[in-house]
Amino acid sequence: MHLILFIVFAGICLAGAINLLLQTHPINSALSLIVVMTSLAVLYLLLGAEFLAAAQVIVYGGAIMVLFTFVVMLLNAGREERTLGSRSARVVGFPAVAVILAVVATVILHAQGLGTADLSAGITSTEDLSSVLFTKLLLPFEVTSVLILIAILGAVALARHGHGDPEGKSERTGEQ
Amino acid sequence: MNPTTTQLLQQEVPLSWYLLLSAVLFALGVVGFLIKRNLITVFMSIELMLNAVNLSFVTFAHQWHEVKGQIFVFFVMMVAAAEAAVGLAIIIAVFRARATLAVDRIDLMKL
Repeated sequence: MHLILFIVFAGICLAGAINLLLQTHPINSALSLIVVMTSLAVLYLLLGAEFLAAAQVIVYGGAIMVLFTFVVMLLNAGREERTLGSRSARVVGFPAVAVILAVVATVILHAQGLGTADLSAGITSTEDLSSVLFTKLLLPFEVTSVLILIAILGAVALARHGHGDPEGKSERTGEQ
Repeated sequence: MNPTTTQLLQQEVPLSWYLLLSAVLFALGVVGFLIKRNLITVFMSIELMLNAVNLSFVTFAHQWHEVKGQIFVFFVMMVAAAEAAVGLAIIIAVFRARATLAVDRIDLMKL
């Protein structure tokens, strides 16, 4: 059962990722990315990470991708011209990707002591996760909340009307 | 149910398959970063790479029966949410200033 679920959702995941690359319209790419993230949530569940599966759907599939689709629609982003990357990407980038992938795949396939996953392994409960998170790792958790606060302030400051736009500024001074 | 079906249902999956999937997803993210010509899609490729790394974190957390790997993924998710908010705000600011999303035309800092 685990094998079947893995093959199905890994296949969906890869198909979504490849579709992200093939689509020329950003909204289609965004929808493919949602497919990738949702099938990754199922894979997390197969590996016993129930809290992360829920968080993946809520945070990634929900919040982040809503933000992406919102921006795509707000900016009315059109179809992009299809290219195969710049010259430096062709000369250095793609061979480097191929080499890194080959090296990583070789290392993974020759690694000793990697176990197997099956459905009987049980799941890490949210209780176990939170007892570590809120006792040993409380300080990093609190620091992250400060990071989120700074990110909110930064996002508002950056996206505020007239920022980085000389015409917008002159419009506003004209009003005053 | 015949024996082969039962065998198939109880089949285990080696963790190296998960790691390979993660590596392939990461490579696809890098390729997307290189070939895409739209600022938003380039940003989506970065998110794909983050997700690929998260998958390998969860795999190793399963391998070592360790909760900390999953907590690290939780932190990565929070940072990714903050990054997406700030990044998309930057994209909106860039679009206001240059009226384009094509990365080839956003070349003010190019030599």
